[in-house]
Amino acid sequence: MGQLDNLYREVIMEHYKNPRNKGLVRTEGYKEFHIKNPSCGDDITIESLIEDSVVKACHHQGSGCSICCASASVLSEIMTGKKVAVAKNIADNYLKMVRDEPYDDTIDLEEAEVFAGVRLFPARIKCASIAWQAFLETIKQNG
Amino acid sequence: MKNIWRQDFPQINSESVYLDTAAMSFKPQAVIDEVNHYYHDLSVNVHRGMYQESLEASKLYEEARAKIAAFINASVEETVFTRGTTSSINLVASSYGLEMIGSGDEIITSELEHHSSFLPWQMVAKKKHAVLKFIPLSIEGRITVENFRKTITAKTKVVALTYVSNVMGYITPIQEIIEIAHEYGAVVVLDGAQAVQHMAIDVKALDVDFLAFSGHKMLGPTGIGILYGKKTLLDKMEPLELGGDMNEDVEKDFSTWKVTPYKFEAGTMPVASVIGMSKAIEYLQNIGLSNIDSMIRQLYKYTYAQLKKIPGITIYNPDADTGIIAFNLDNVPSHDAVSYFADKRICIRAGHHCAMLVTKWLGIPSCLRASFYLYNTYEEADKLIQTTKNAVQFFRELGF
Repeated sequence: MGQLDNLYREVIMEHYKNPRNKGLVRTEGYKEFHIKNPSCGDDITIESLIEDSVVKACHHQGSGCSICCASASVLSEIMTGKKVAVAKNIADNYLKMVRDEPYDDTIDLEEAEVFAGVRLFPARIKCASIAWQAFLETIKQNG
Repeated sequence: MKNIWRQDFPQINSESVYLDTAAMSFKPQAVIDEVNHYYHDLSVNVHRGMYQESLEASKLYEEARAKIAAFINASVEETVFTRGTTSSINLVASSYGLEMIGSGDEIITSELEHHSSFLPWQMVAKKKHAVLKFIPLSIEGRITVENFRKTITAKTKVVALTYVSNVMGYITPIQEIIEIAHEYGAVVVLDGAQAVQHMAIDVKALDVDFLAFSGHKMLGPTGIGILYGKKTLLDKMEPLELGGDMNEDVEKDFSTWKVTPYKFEAGTMPVASVIGMSKAIEYLQNIGLSNIDSMIRQLYKYTYAQLKKIPGITIYNPDADTGIIAFNLDNVPSHDAVSYFADKRICIRAGHHCAMLVTKWLGIPSCLRASFYLYNTYEEADKLIQTTKNAVQFFRELGF
């Protein structure tokens, strides 16, 4: 079967079928950011709540392919409870990894490491990226 | 059955199966040679130089116009070179549309439109406070004469429709629609991007007011398209682009334009692409559009009959009129599915195909699209069929 098996790992399917932290709260203090990839229909909104420089909560809402939806779910789990500086570092490094750019492999990407598989599928890099880009934007909104 | 035309297309290789002609066709060697001839041997501008090379380039350029005009039974002054179908329709909308359409007027279009046949008219309707009306599609998703009749009124000024849907592959019954539109005094702007490569179009017999099409979907180069318009209409239209070559006289406070089609061709045009498009038409004419069409219909029927039998897929355009199959693997987002096909080197497309109103009408976010042309074979159709079966199995095992 080859390369496709590298993409659809168990973790991805598990998060795709049972997404964590799905649904926006949209109450006081939450910042949200929406990214749509019109060419393939991926459409994701990420919201985060940051207090005392810690990501207290991270939620996602949207629709799209399995890679996009699963990456949003994995993101939300990883980021919850992280210090903002750590969260930002992980997200930056994750984005470098999926884009096949040099990245720091000493940083623990936890479950998100399975998305390294998209490097073999350039057409899917965006799918794996937009939730994480949106998350970084929510951090920026907190200044 | 051997496909005798395949050898003319150097892009074809044994590893991949190209089923995306609805987005872009391959180019035969004859077209490539013609484009190369211009760049290699001439590479000078048209209509400007008095030297031999420029005269030769101008001759090829205008001979191309004559050939393309004859292809649709138009005259040369009614045949305007543009960047493509998109530019052609935008020119009509932004020049004719903004000038002729007023508050309360109606523009009729359909949910089958490619964005290039819809967005320019949405813009005109917004700017001029006109009403944009949609012909209700049949259960199958077709434009019907009956429903068109129910939509048109005395207020209708423009009817902007596709001849062949780029997602559904259905042919619009345009002849009758044009007759009815003219009874109401409306002009018809026809998007022929998916039609010209499948059937002979006679603009005089159709009595169509405007026709737009592109080179790159009919074996020609990119960056070249045609706007046909009735001379009486083109004469009334102001050019959108002003600059070199399109003017007749330039004064400090007043300038005049050349006659149509030249007033619409400002600046340096894509000369090589014009010449290449003419060669593509020559190639198509040598084979015969009706031969191409019947070959594609047979290949389509064979493929559709096989795909229809596969449990776990949904086909959205049953019995299409051209070689386009729009489908999805059940429960599999099209972008996931298309990666599987890409991995097996089957080149099909996933998404909304620049026609979001169609996918919205179908009630789906996106779909897969396979489209055939004359260089495709039954072996390639079999690969598509087998890969579809395997894909259903693959995603089922993953748990989709």
